Amino acid sequence: MTSAQPLLVISALTKSFGATEVLRGIDLTIAERELTFIIGPSGSGKSTLLRCANRLEEPTSGRIVFDGVDVTAPATDLNRLRRSMGMVFQSFNLYPHMTALGNVGLALRKVLGKSRAEADSIARQSLADVGLADKETSYPNELSGGQQQRVAIARALALDPKIVLFDEPTSALDPELVGSVLAVMRSLKARGMTMLVVSHEMRFARDAADRVIFMEQGRIVEQGPPEQVLSNPQEARTRAFVGELTR
Amino acid sequence: MSNWQRFLETFFDPAMLAKYWPAILKGMAVTLELGIAVVVTGLGLGLALACIRSYRWRVLNWLIVMLVDAFRALPPLVAILLLYFGLPNVGINLSSFAVLWLVLSLVLAAFSEEIIWAGITSTSKGQWEAARSTGLTFSQTLVWIILPQAIRLGVPPLTNRTIAIVKNTALGTVIGVPEILNQATTAQSFTGNATPLMMGAIAYLVLFIPVVVAGRWIETRFAWKRA
Repeated sequence: MTSAQPLLVISALTKSFGATEVLRGIDLTIAERELTFIIGPSGSGKSTLLRCANRLEEPTSGRIVFDGVDVTAPATDLNRLRRSMGMVFQSFNLYPHMTALGNVGLALRKVLGKSRAEADSIARQSLADVGLADKETSYPNELSGGQQQRVAIARALALDPKIVLFDEPTSALDPELVGSVLAVMRSLKARGMTMLVVSHEMRFARDAADRVIFMEQGRIVEQGPPEQVLSNPQEARTRAFVGELTR
Repeated sequence: MSNWQRFLETFFDPAMLAKYWPAILKGMAVTLELGIAVVVTGLGLGLALACIRSYRWRVLNWLIVMLVDAFRALPPLVAILLLYFGLPNVGINLSSFAVLWLVLSLVLAAFSEEIIWAGITSTSKGQWEAARSTGLTFSQTLVWIILPQAIRLGVPPLTNRTIAIVKNTALGTVIGVPEILNQATTAQSFTGNATPLMMGAIAYLVLFIPVVVAGRWIETRFAWKRA
């Protein structure tokens, strides 16, 4: 684990949907430049945890502090906060009526108030960073899944975020397209981007993650370096889950 | 007189054609003017109501739904007669043109609100989330991400509805708006000949066939392949 400043501090976080408790007290600190992997069975609350971090979901109780700002405080300017927290979704969620360049540049213009020329030039650089410099005029439906997801990553990166939240970024992709997305994530890691990743790409977790967290039923069951959690888990539940995944 | 001659004299009497074409032309101008006014205010108001509804303010939404349901349920002719003969009793004197414009605008607004609202609700939640996660506000997301998709989805029903409702300008004849049908029926009652009505029918075709063709063009222009 890298020994840097904590960037994201989550304490005693709970989230219920009606009577269903999805998160039952999560404590988690993410350091700067850290790549943290969250694994766990479906319904364990992984995605909800991620979505509480930028308040796409309202936490029921608990506290989240990001870069010194209390995310959960009522007075917090969420729109300002979200500029520095990029998010990448399982289903890409590109805007179908805009080109790749338009998708990446929109927030630069509307949120950061940049001119079209300025936004276009930053968006071009972002697309180049994910290896899609030649696709700027393509619409989402003209791109493969892997390309769409890389445009989505470029859209998050263009705002120069301090952290990127990845919610199962490769789960909707055909196996042969997964590599291109993971390659982009690897290059982000090399550039020192802080990343919180919900994913079951075990090989990638082993290679690139600083820490792996195993969640079940809304709680963190076990966490540690990948070699420990994935190869030598201490908890029986982690062993069972990892065993299933690597079978 | 052969049947063919009788047919020609009934529907295409040359003397009638010569006498009444200026009146029909005047009617076309009124119909066109009304049609454009109804399209602009009806679609504009429908869009505005759908936008307001997306903020989900309870009382306002309730009012919008009531208004929309009322004008979708009410036959336009009933609303026209009600306003035209009812409003003067409460001291509001609107011209027949204004009443017709108002009622048809509200009817078109009601239908287009429903169509655009359906488009807004069928846009995936992920679109909202992606936009909001980049720091766009609710309103910015609505304007730049959701509406362009909602309107595109709504284009075929919107063009159909718009054409159907604009044709109802002919209802103005019952309150004396000097539009096409009014000119034609006036001439017909003076002459007892159907030629002016035929001229009216042709005038509608001349005005509306281009609109129908334009509607089809808009539909193909706005159709886009979904990923």
